[in-house]
Amino acid sequence: MRGYSFPALVGRALRGHRGWPRAWRSAEPERTYDVIVIGAGGHGLATAYYLAKNHGITNVAVLEKGWLGGGNTGRNTQVTRSNYFWPQSAAFFERSLKLYESLSRELNFNVMLSQRGILTLAHSHHEMEALRRWANAIRINGIDSEVMTPAEIAKLVPLLNLDARFPVHGGFIQRRGGISRHDAVAWGYARAANALGVSIVQQCEVTGFDIADGRVAGVTTSRGSIAAEKVCICVAGHTSVLAAKAGFRVPITSMALQAMVSEPIKPCLDTVVLSPAIHAYVSQSDRGELVLGGGADGYNSYAQRGGIPLLEENLAALIELFPAFSRLRLMRQWAGIVDITPDTTPIMGATPVKNLYVSGGWGTGGYKAIPAGGETMAHTVAHDAPHPLIADFGLERFETGALIDEGAASGVAH
Amino acid sequence: MLRIPCPCCGERDEAEFRYGGEVPGSIPQTDVGDEAWADYLFARDNPKGLVHERWCHSHGCGQWFHVVRDTVTHRIHAVYGVGEPRPVVDCSNESQADGGR
Ligand SMILES: Cc1cc2nc3c(=O)[nH]c(=O)nc-3n(C[C@H](O)[C@H](O)[C@H](O)COP(=O)(O)OP(=O)(O)OC[C@H]3O[C@@H](n4cnc5c(N)ncnc54)[C@H](O)[C@@H]3O)c2cc1C
Ligand SMILES: [Zn+2]
Repeated sequence: MRGYSFPALVGRALRGHRGWPRAWRSAEPERTYDVIVIGAGGHGLATAYYLAKNHGITNVAVLEKGWLGGGNTGRNTQVTRSNYFWPQSAAFFERSLKLYESLSRELNFNVMLSQRGILTLAHSHHEMEALRRWANAIRINGIDSEVMTPAEIAKLVPLLNLDARFPVHGGFIQRRGGISRHDAVAWGYARAANALGVSIVQQCEVTGFDIADGRVAGVTTSRGSIAAEKVCICVAGHTSVLAAKAGFRVPITSMALQAMVSEPIKPCLDTVVLSPAIHAYVSQSDRGELVLGGGADGYNSYAQRGGIPLLEENLAALIELFPAFSRLRLMRQWAGIVDITPDTTPIMGATPVKNLYVSGGWGTGGYKAIPAGGETMAHTVAHDAPHPLIADFGLERFETGALIDEGAASGVAH
Repeated sequence: MLRIPCPCCGERDEAEFRYGGEVPGSIPQTDVGDEAWADYLFARDNPKGLVHERWCHSHGCGQWFHVVRDTVTHRIHAVYGVGEPRPVVDCSNESQADGGR
C-alpha cells in the first residue's frame, strides 16, 4: 500500500492527480476463509481490520451485498461523542472516542475528526435537573462534560432562539465530541484491512448459513457457498433477517431513520446542537451544508426511505430553535434502516450457534462506536470469549435481566 | 405517509395513530424458565415482508386493532380486531424481490 502523505499529495497534484493507485482491491470470493464477516459497513470493516492487525488473522473475507459503506455508515450524521450514562456504555464509547482521536494516523487516512463539541439542550426545569444528573454521571465516569447556562449557550450559538415555544433552560456540552467524515471511516478501514490481506467482496449477498451440529461451517451467498471457521454478522438493520436464517430470534426492531442536508451556506454553527425533548439535532458540515436529523419513524420498516410526517416534525422543531434556517432549501433527504434494541445498547458477542457471532443493535448511534466495536468484536471472535469492554453487551442480558438502559438514562442516541 | 384503515372510523393519516409494535406470541406459563420469557418479552420476528402489528387510533376512536403490513412497500394487506383470528393473507408479496437494500 502506498502511504498517503503531504509530499505524495503535492507530487500527484503536480502530475494532474493522475495515477493514484486503487485504495483497495475488489476481491473475488474464494472457497474458504478463516473468518467471514458479513456486511462491509464500518463495523464489519473495522472488525476485519483488527482481526488482521491485533490477532494476526488475515485469511478474512468481508462479504457485502451492495457496495462498501453503502448502508447506515454512509448515511449517518457523523455525531461522535462519549457522553453516555451507565458505566459500561461510558467505558466502551470513551474507548471509541479515544480511538477516533488517533484514527487518521492509525489508518493513514484523514477521517476529519472535528472536536467542535456537542451541546445537549434542556427545555424545562425538570429536564435541566435530569440533564445535570446525566452531566455529573459523565464526569464521575471520567469523561468531560460541562453544564451551561442559557447566557453561555447564547454566546456559543448566537443563532439559537432561547425563547422558543419550549424555552432553553440550559444544557451541557461535551467539548471532545463532534463530527468526523463517515465515508472516510469506511474507506480508511477498508484500505487498511485490504493492505493487511483482508478480502473485501462486494455484490455478494449472504443468503443462508451452513450449520451442522449447532456449529456454523460457512455461508451460502449469491455467488456460491463459502466455508469458514467463524462467521460474524455485522448487518445493522438486517440483523433479524440473518438471525432468522441461522434459526434464532433477536430483540431487535428495524426502523427507518432519516436525515437531510440544506443547501451550503457560510459558516454559522461551529458546534453540534441536540435537543432530546423536541428530538432534533443539527451541525454544519465543512462544505457548509446544515446536516439535520431527529428520531426514527415510529413503526417497523425495511423501506430505506423516510416518512413525511416525521420529516415535518423534525423541521418544525429545528426552525423553532433556529428561525434563521427557515428560508434554506433542503438539498437531499434519505433514510437508513436502523436496528433498535429494547435498551438501546448494542448486542455483541456469541449467538446460539457455535462460532457464529453478532455485532448489531447499533440503532441510531453506532457510527461513533465503529473503532471500539471493531476492536472488541475482533477480540471476541479471535478468542471465542467476549472482550472485557463488551462483556455485558451479550444476548444473555435479556435472560438475566441485566439490561443497560441507555434509552431511559440518556435519551437520544445519535 | 401511511393511510391506515381504522375498523371503526375508516382510512386516516398515520399521524392520528399510535404504534403498538409487532403482535407477540402468547404469554408463556410461569414455570417455563428464563429463556422462554426472554423470547416472549424481548425477541421479535421483525420480518422483512409481512408483519402483524398493533395500532391504536389514539386521536380518533381510541380503539386498538391489528394490521397486516408489508415492511418494505408499506402496503396494508388486512386489518382485523383484537381477539380475532389472523386472516390468511396472500403471501406472493412484492417485497420478496428485496425492494429495500
Ligand atoms: C440517518 C442516520 C443518522 C445516524 N446518525 C448517527 C450519528 O450521528 N452518530 C452515530 O454514532 N450513529 C448514527 N447513526 C447510526 C449509525 O449509522 C449506525 O449505527 C452504524 O453506521 C452501523 O454500522 P454497521 O457497520 O453496523 O452497519 P451498516 O453501515 O449499515 O453496514 C451493514 C452492511 O451490511 C450489508 N448487508 C446487509 N445484509 C447483508 C447480507 N445478507 N449479505 C451481505 N451484506 C449484507 C449492508 O448492505 C450494509 O452495507 C445514524 C444512522 C442513520 C440511518
Ligand atoms: Zn378509529
